[in-house]
Amino acid sequence: MSDVLLAAPSRRSLSLHDAKVRGIIYQLLLAVSLLALAVGIAVQTASNMRARGIPLSFGFWNEAAGFDINQTLIPYDTLSTYGQAFWVGVVNTLYVSLLGIVLATVLGFVVGIARLSPNWIVSKVAASYVEIIRNIPLLLQLLFWYNAVLKALPAPRASIELPGGIYLNNRGLIIPEIQLYEGAGTVELAFLAATIFCGAFWSYARRAQNRTGKQLPVLWVILAALIGLPLIVFLLVGSPVSFVMPELKGFNYRGGHQLYPEFAALLIGLSVYTASFIAEIVRSGIQAVPKGQTEAAHALGLAPGKTLRLVIVPQALRIIIPPLTSQYLNLTKNSSLAVFIGYPDLVQIFAGTVLNQTGAAVQVMAITLSVYLAISLVMSMAMNTFNQRFAIVER
Amino acid sequence: MTRMNLTNNEACATLVLHKKIRGTKMQAILKGLVGAAVGLVVSNASAATIEDVKKNGVLTCGTNSATAGFSLPDNEGKWTGFVVDYCRAVAAAVLGDAQKVRFIPLTPKDRFTALQSGEIDILAHNATWTSSRDTSLGILFAGTYFYDGQGFMVRKAENIGSAKDLDGASICVTQGTTTELNLADYFRSHSMSYSTVGFADEEAVVKAYDEGRCDVLSADTSTLNASRQRMAKADDSVVLPELISKEPLGPAVRQGDDHWLNVAKWTLLVMVAAEELGITSQNVDEMKSSDNPNIRRLLGAEGSLGKDLGLGDTWSVDVIKQVGNYGEVFDRNIGKASPLKMERGLNALWNQGGLQYAPPIR
Repeated sequence: MSDVLLAAPSRRSLSLHDAKVRGIIYQLLLAVSLLALAVGIAVQTASNMRARGIPLSFGFWNEAAGFDINQTLIPYDTLSTYGQAFWVGVVNTLYVSLLGIVLATVLGFVVGIARLSPNWIVSKVAASYVEIIRNIPLLLQLLFWYNAVLKALPAPRASIELPGGIYLNNRGLIIPEIQLYEGAGTVELAFLAATIFCGAFWSYARRAQNRTGKQLPVLWVILAALIGLPLIVFLLVGSPVSFVMPELKGFNYRGGHQLYPEFAALLIGLSVYTASFIAEIVRSGIQAVPKGQTEAAHALGLAPGKTLRLVIVPQALRIIIPPLTSQYLNLTKNSSLAVFIGYPDLVQIFAGTVLNQTGAAVQVMAITLSVYLAISLVMSMAMNTFNQRFAIVER
Repeated sequence: MTRMNLTNNEACATLVLHKKIRGTKMQAILKGLVGAAVGLVVSNASAATIEDVKKNGVLTCGTNSATAGFSLPDNEGKWTGFVVDYCRAVAAAVLGDAQKVRFIPLTPKDRFTALQSGEIDILAHNATWTSSRDTSLGILFAGTYFYDGQGFMVRKAENIGSAKDLDGASICVTQGTTTELNLADYFRSHSMSYSTVGFADEEAVVKAYDEGRCDVLSADTSTLNASRQRMAKADDSVVLPELISKEPLGPAVRQGDDHWLNVAKWTLLVMVAAEELGITSQNVDEMKSSDNPNIRRLLGAEGSLGKDLGLGDTWSVDVIKQVGNYGEVFDRNIGKASPLKMERGLNALWNQGGLQYAPPIR
């Protein structure tokens, strides 16, 4: 009987009665028709666009944009091209997303651990934070932060003056601009040297501890080197730095760096919202580590702080990292809500103004979608690599 | 061994069954795909917008989302305003009923895409007629219903008398408008610095200015005046005397449909000509028996304008009776009979010092 069964496929291999053959044929048909559909859509779109006189080329990329963007991290002015405007948008999106990820992670870990605190007030405050924040739509939160930030702040002439020449008004936070002179490079070199020294000292200290069991004062040495060395060099070359103090002139303060309220509202909104999800991920990760681990650590004489840092968190991280990745991706994608509060991100600049000024809707949308896809893929790739380093090594 | 075989056999049977189910499912999917592909080909509709409008019995018109005097739903949800009345006039011309309009409120950012894609039949927005929009967006402007210019609104407390004093100001603007481009030109040519705060939505722009986020609100002066209606402290602001651009606002249609372009163009021109000839919504019926051949031709008592446009004989009467002539529409929505109280200015008739001029109807 087993012979018959085993031999059957080879004997009827090319027959339509063979489920396997039919399966392959269906798969092929599906693949071909999907391909045909994709090609069909592309051809149809192209011919429709040609018929309606809508440009199909990417020629606009090198044309002068002719509009201004208020917050740019890379050089841009009205004579720049649409292509440069695109890069301004990409950089602004990445900037707010990366800062948001850092802030959300820190806040999320703090709240997640606080929720497990034996202190009743601390854990209840953390719990209500999570329950309130994650149950309100992000867009409403962004509008809340934007309006709260704007409404609470005074007009430029009535700015709040903070120590160190920092001013706060409803145009944003204005801080003195740092200007570097000759010799500033030496300070940077000193800092670099200090960093290298710290790395070397750290690994030496670890080896020394493994060998002798003695702990060296790593933290203090590193702090001293990182701050002290550049400071000494800085004074030796004669303080090659000056600050351009913001001055009230006309409508607003001139000189100095400006942090815009739109950016602040978006950053706060995204971080606070995502942190509530991260807090829950952290809490579940920690609770998933068996209680015996904590008890064992205590039995070995580790203090609660060290137990958390050396025993619980490293194990919890294995559970935390995969869902954390998707929160990072969410935050990045959610940054496109910037369009509602006027922060010039990729969607606002490129899929907004550029699309409208050029009329190249299909091209612009295709590029925008690909950028978000690329950012997400790169980010999950990085997080997967990170995850592999923390995963249990199975032998 | 026997037991193993039996399980094998069973497994094989389930596999076949499974494949069968998958097969039928796949057939369904395939059918769906073919259907979708055919649908795509079919939905590549004919270029004759007027036929679509007549078939649907309703005109789909893209307007401003909320600009007082131009396009705004009243407290009963009925759309009113200057550009709204233009849409109603086109509906009266094509369908004989000014009420058969479906309004699609659009942000400046989305308006041309909506027209290109066929979501709307006609765009009656406060969109500026420019060369690049006429040539590279796949659309054509059908005329100018409002001659406008870009201006600046500032708070009186700033004591600013001229746009030349705006160095360093932060300016609220609507994205995807000629406003953004004109600003860049103006400040660059006067070597002044500024920073823009842009929103897609006109309401958000006005709100940001009202709350003090910007020193200046810049838009077409018509929009500036209209936006006073939604400001908490409207009297604290003034519009500066300078106009920094020409902004002819007009309706737009898709390219490649000359017939529809003609309908859009002549609906507007007939309203202008009616004002010039003294035909109003009140006296249009009496005017039909007028001796003036110009009036008789306009109202379809002589000549074949209606037939040539593919419209009914009474189309121009319907437009004027149900919506009014150009002057009536202007006064009712934005002129002296409205809260906005705008002057006719450039929008007066050509023989009264303005630019509104209709070619002869003959």
